[in-house]
Amino acid sequence: MADGLIIGLVVFVLASFVGFEVINKVPPTLHTPLMSGSNAISGIAVVGALLVSGSGNVTLPTVLGVVAIALATVNVVGGFLVTDRMLQMFKKKEARS
Amino acid sequence: MNTTLDSLLLNGIQLAYLTAASLFIVGLKQLGSPATARRGNLLAAVGMLVAIAATLLDHAIIDYTLIAVGILIGSAVGVVMAQKVEMTAMPQMVGLLNGLGGGASTLVAMAEFWRLMDIGEGPSLDRLLTIILSVLIGGITLTGSLIAFAKLQELLSGVPIIFPLQRFVSIGLIGLFLVGSVLLMAEPNDPSIFLVLVAISLILGVLFAIPIGGADMPVAISLLNSFSGLAASAAGFVLANNMLIISGALVGASGIILTQIMCKAMNRSLPNVLFSAFSKAKEKTASGAAGAIANKTVRSVDPEEAAMMLGYARSVVIVPGYGMAVAQAQHAVRELADQLERLGVEVKYAIHPVAGRMPGHMNVLLAEANVPYPQLYDMDAINPEFEHTDVALVIGANDVVNPAAAHDTESPIYGMPILEVEKAHHTIVIKRGMNKGFAGVENELFYQDKTLMLFGSAKDVVTQLVASVKEL
Repeated sequence: MADGLIIGLVVFVLASFVGFEVINKVPPTLHTPLMSGSNAISGIAVVGALLVSGSGNVTLPTVLGVVAIALATVNVVGGFLVTDRMLQMFKKKEARS
Repeated sequence: MNTTLDSLLLNGIQLAYLTAASLFIVGLKQLGSPATARRGNLLAAVGMLVAIAATLLDHAIIDYTLIAVGILIGSAVGVVMAQKVEMTAMPQMVGLLNGLGGGASTLVAMAEFWRLMDIGEGPSLDRLLTIILSVLIGGITLTGSLIAFAKLQELLSGVPIIFPLQRFVSIGLIGLFLVGSVLLMAEPNDPSIFLVLVAISLILGVLFAIPIGGADMPVAISLLNSFSGLAASAAGFVLANNMLIISGALVGASGIILTQIMCKAMNRSLPNVLFSAFSKAKEKTASGAAGAIANKTVRSVDPEEAAMMLGYARSVVIVPGYGMAVAQAQHAVRELADQLERLGVEVKYAIHPVAGRMPGHMNVLLAEANVPYPQLYDMDAINPEFEHTDVALVIGANDVVNPAAAHDTESPIYGMPILEVEKAHHTIVIKRGMNKGFAGVENELFYQDKTLMLFGSAKDVVTQLVASVKEL
């Protein structure tokens, strides 16, 4: 089991480096969309919530899991949609209708 | 189901996770450029869909009814929130979503604790360690974000809330948390100790957020964004799930980068931002030196005269701040810029990195008002231009244009890079009154000879300016 912890740690550290490299030097104009978009990604907790809540029995863990699903889904759906809404508004030239 | 098919499915899920993680990384990369940002966001959303769909095939999931209920409720709320929210309310929205992510991670860790207890084996030591860590980070993210939300929504006062011995209470709670963790490891099947740990995490989140004032919110929101990612990662450690670990780490890194940028823009260290409320009292007396400007006078101007100055200028730089957001004046500002451009005036916008209540706040508002983003200039790009600018129009910004930051070593904001509007030939400041900025410092800009004050709410005043400029 401790092996799993070490592998997890390796994955975590490498992924953090990837994150730093990929996101560095984002222009200030995009700070808010970057934040809300990455925030939607942190809703990935929904995957964990799915795994703990599908046992078929209504027990305390299942109930906690379902609440977690609802919260994380708000995070995911709301986050991606609102980011898209924002990015839609960013225009290079004036789109006069 | 036979075993070959079984392992095929397991491998399939892992490959789907790999695909999803790759989509997240490419998506985040594309979010870094205005031309590709929208596609990047879409790619990340597809990645999320892939991850969720693959997870639903996992053998741990037998029953889908409850899951469907959770997803339906969550989606409905998410759609409504995303469509209804005002662009000016975006900092609250992001704050709230951060909290929900953190809350979900905490609940996952709690559910796993109970599941392991229910099947009678009790969590192993390293498993328990990850559960404790997950509950701590997730709990702090949840309540910290909710407090930040309440402050931004003005349900709570935006001024730092401090009480006597606050620091000692926090340190005491952290100590108690450590003791509780050790006790729980000795007695892994005791839910009451576990619940105490959960409660302490939630209280720590509140104590983290209440001393942070309004103008420091960009830092707090970025940091909580990072925490929400770390919370997801921690939940990934609990479940030994790489998908969660990778995604959480990506978000954690992005939040940290933004936090650093915000701190740098204020020339303050992170601990200074988080804990400065405690030493505020000392700073207040130091700023008494600003009393030297008390006997100077302020020149005010009416909208007609200001419109004349703007209309006959060659170049105007607009400096928006939180005041513009509060008054929802962004559309009126855009209209004013249109009218000025009609008269042949060159209009630019100067954006300070920490203007507003979250990173990029002003950019989003101006984008909403249809201002093309190439017209928005960063601090470094616009500062050399102020000396060639006829009129700098400051709309609801204060501390970010205070020249004291550059030369007054006594000032609490000394060292913060500012927009050098005082170098423009004239400066017009739109402000509701002579209130001090968040930092509680007098702004000597207001007392300079070249500065004209235009008192009133940003929206009313700018609308009057538009009307007057139209008549020129």
